[in-house]
Amino acid sequence: MPYEPVLLARVGKPDSHRLEGYRADGGYAAFERALKEKQPADVVTQVKDSGLRGRGGAGFPTGLKWTFLPKDHPGPVYLCVNADESEPCTYNNRILMEKDPHQVLEGILLACYAIKARTAFYYVRYEYGDAYRNCQAAVDELYAAGLLGKNILNSGFDLDVVMHRGAGAYICGEETGLIESLEGKRAWPRIKPPFPAVEGAFRKPTIVNNVETLACVTQIMRRGNDWFKSLGVPPDPKNPRDAGSYGPKLYTLAGHVEKPVCVELPMGVTIRDLVETHGGGVWKGRKAKAVNPGGLSMGFVDCNAKLKDSDLTEYDIPLDFNGPGRVQCLGLGTAAVTVIDDQTSMVDVLHNVCQFFSHESCGQCTPCREGTGWMLKIVDRMRRGLGRKEDLDILVDVADRIGIMPGTTICGLADGAGWPVKTAVRKFRGEFEAAIRAGTRSRYAKGLEVVGAH
Amino acid sequence: MPTVYVNDKPVEIGTRKLNCVQAADLAGVFVPHYCWHEALTVVASCRMCLVEVGELKDGKLTMQPKVVPGCQTPVKDGTVVVTGEYAKRHPALPALPYDPGYTKGGQPGERAKKAQADTLEGLLINHPLDCPVCDKAGECKLQDFSFKYGRSESRMVDAKNTPPNKPHLSSKITLFTDRCIMCTRCVRFTREVSGTSELMVTNRGHHEEIDVFPGRPLENKLAGNVVELCPVGALGSKDFLYKQRVWYLKTTDGVCSRCATGCSTAVDHNKDIVYRVNARPNPEAQGHFICDDGRYGYHFANSTERITRPLLRADGATRPAPWSAVTPRLREAFDRAAAENPAGVVAVLSPFLTVEEAFLYATYFKGLSADVRLALGPVPVVGQDDTYPKDVRGNPVEPVRFTIRAEKCPNRRGVEAVLRHFQKDIVPFDAAAREGVAAMWFAGGYPDRDAVGADTGTDWKTPGLLVAQDLFPTVVTAAAGFVLPATSAFEKDGTFVNHAGLAQTFPRAVRPPVEVRTELQLAYDLLGRRGLVQAGAVRAELARAVPAFAGLAAADRPATGVRFALEMA
Repeated sequence: MPYEPVLLARVGKPDSHRLEGYRADGGYAAFERALKEKQPADVVTQVKDSGLRGRGGAGFPTGLKWTFLPKDHPGPVYLCVNADESEPCTYNNRILMEKDPHQVLEGILLACYAIKARTAFYYVRYEYGDAYRNCQAAVDELYAAGLLGKNILNSGFDLDVVMHRGAGAYICGEETGLIESLEGKRAWPRIKPPFPAVEGAFRKPTIVNNVETLACVTQIMRRGNDWFKSLGVPPDPKNPRDAGSYGPKLYTLAGHVEKPVCVELPMGVTIRDLVETHGGGVWKGRKAKAVNPGGLSMGFVDCNAKLKDSDLTEYDIPLDFNGPGRVQCLGLGTAAVTVIDDQTSMVDVLHNVCQFFSHESCGQCTPCREGTGWMLKIVDRMRRGLGRKEDLDILVDVADRIGIMPGTTICGLADGAGWPVKTAVRKFRGEFEAAIRAGTRSRYAKGLEVVGAH
Repeated sequence: MPTVYVNDKPVEIGTRKLNCVQAADLAGVFVPHYCWHEALTVVASCRMCLVEVGELKDGKLTMQPKVVPGCQTPVKDGTVVVTGEYAKRHPALPALPYDPGYTKGGQPGERAKKAQADTLEGLLINHPLDCPVCDKAGECKLQDFSFKYGRSESRMVDAKNTPPNKPHLSSKITLFTDRCIMCTRCVRFTREVSGTSELMVTNRGHHEEIDVFPGRPLENKLAGNVVELCPVGALGSKDFLYKQRVWYLKTTDGVCSRCATGCSTAVDHNKDIVYRVNARPNPEAQGHFICDDGRYGYHFANSTERITRPLLRADGATRPAPWSAVTPRLREAFDRAAAENPAGVVAVLSPFLTVEEAFLYATYFKGLSADVRLALGPVPVVGQDDTYPKDVRGNPVEPVRFTIRAEKCPNRRGVEAVLRHFQKDIVPFDAAAREGVAAMWFAGGYPDRDAVGADTGTDWKTPGLLVAQDLFPTVVTAAAGFVLPATSAFEKDGTFVNHAGLAQTFPRAVRPPVEVRTELQLAYDLLGRRGLVQAGAVRAELARAVPAFAGLAAADRPATGVRFALEMA
């Protein structure tokens, strides 16, 4: 039986972004019920028990994050909505914001009620103009309908939602970078601890949640935990630290597929299933060589590499919070699947990756600032046919050592910059070595930049 | 007592809140760092101070599986810090029970050591390595740490980024953009200490640069500190640029003479010429920084306009004379003046003299007759006390982190204390100047010649016998029969007492011009004592004679200075 979309249920309906339409589909009933019947702590408990994990990339349990707020804080407490969706090939938040902004806003209302926030900052990346305007219009509708502002529905609950438009930087998607940017500063991620839940925006306790996470909160409060837990993958009993991968997930498909779409599926669909069934297969009848399972930062899977002790390949790994990690990828990330066909050079792919991260590194920590730039220079030279075989070892060495996991940077951008490089070089080393030996210049390679101009 | 283990060495930290760098310092282990500075906020971005940390609890040691920045990681009881120099620890120290799973067959500290070497490799990727023409070479932290903690070869073969230099950054400071390692100390300084926020970071990633906002150059009274804060040769002082290679410089502790704050300084000099004045951190005096008035205010000492030999006036013109002739004539003249009219003899002691000099002069003049009067020389005051940080509009902001005082002399309080020991009331200089005294000894030493003119005014009555001792020709020296050279604060050994009563003793940095005799030596000669004066002996004599200065007698005085009894009459 095909899965009936929930998060995307209203996408495609006429005027799906308007309040009347959303109300007609039962919108804000969950919020009103929570306001009347539930204490904030009950909402926190329900979200915690649902097993919802953050959809922004790291997969941190949402309810658990909410409980990190200081108890009985005099306030103000803030909610920041992370709509700075900048991971390459990721566009699931965009669809929610453009087509069904009220579903997200209901989640914001519920979350704010739960964490006792009186102000929510909705940080939308600059490039999402339509999303920004639709969300702003939706917020205006809510003020007019008395669902935002003072004393909402005579419950004594006040809430303001402040729309904030970013200025186009990947690093603003890092939660403390987002907070710095919101405060009007350069988006340099903060050192942690203190975590935002203790000291965040304007030095007050702050929860930062992703757009899709908040849409899931809406659905959890509407449909209950049993529904949520009926979808997805339960925790691995052999791994006591696994929190499971419950619920629906928006997967976005991009790259060399016939149909680049955003599909909603229960967690745990395999890459093969996703690409072949929902994406219409690899384009032009070609075969997939590599797949990026969840945004560029997660690294690559080699579609032809056999998994240990089975006939399946890395192409068959499930896209839940644990699956990509089993094949040396960083994790599920944003579940944005990018397919690379068998006629594409991995050198060009890697160049694109390095270009992105070198451009987006905020430049605060030395290993990331210099490492991303260095990797780009190496790959750029390689792409012009001037690679040396020792360059591959340098790439892996640099990629291995930069990041918050080895402890050399403040935020995770460097891990995300290193992972695609090291997975590509490790998994496709033969192809890189052949390219270096042949010394052919990529047809996409541009002339050298004039030294000194930037 | 809370105990922290640094490379297996236990150190007690007491109740202090320390980070790993500071705790390691207590254990005698240096952790290299660039961005961290005691007086600035922590950003933990240079990643040079990476260490391994763990916790020793109930005999069980748990180490974190990654490196952490030492500057950002606080230590508490039981914290175990392993630095990259673990292998150099004292061999007699018993090793802590490190888990073999943590060391993975290697030694503790190897991870930190590699991470530090990797950071240095990263820092050098876009660094031009133009040390031979860089002013910082020799005192550059990038050089020093690369030598000590880095690898000798870089694997970088590609073209380096070459951003253009920014000499327009400030009238006094230039930026060699390509040498910058983005520690952002300078940016934080202008935001946190001067408060003027002129500097910022522009661009991203490896194209990041320090810059100023268009039309808003780095011009504030504390700006020079950013040059000193810069761990590499990126920010250069135009005043010092290409004047000396730093390895020729000798550094002597000094005390700034340009205002009553009395900042501790480090005076860099070579062949008796002062080339640079830097801050010497002293929490008792001023903290970590000094102002530009003090930093660039040493040029008077090297000026060619100084009075460099004794001059005698005859028939309206001055003529050089040897000290062997001048000193006996001075003694003779004042012996006679004191015998004829002791109350008509006034000795003016300026607030630029050290307490030792003031003490010897006062001893001499009061020895002539108890009726000889001692006066305090003109005390230059310019404007109001200037406090930092400022806000963007230039208004002062609390809490104050630095004060440039309106009183532009280093030792008013010290000289006053000496004078009060010898006579009850201090005669103000302007009163003595208008009175038309019979004989006056004006011991000046004013680096700013206008300071004297302002107080003498137009109704200054020239004494019959006037001895003027100063650095530069002034209205007083113009009227004096004897014009004697004075010494700058760099050329003396002595003690200044600052506005808050902190007595700081400093040694001589440079020798005065050849024919200049220090005030201390001259007073010694006038007293009829033989040989060369020893400032330490005079200090001991002062400490015995004047109870308020008893603290100066101690042989183990702290380097930060001695608090002077404020309730002194």
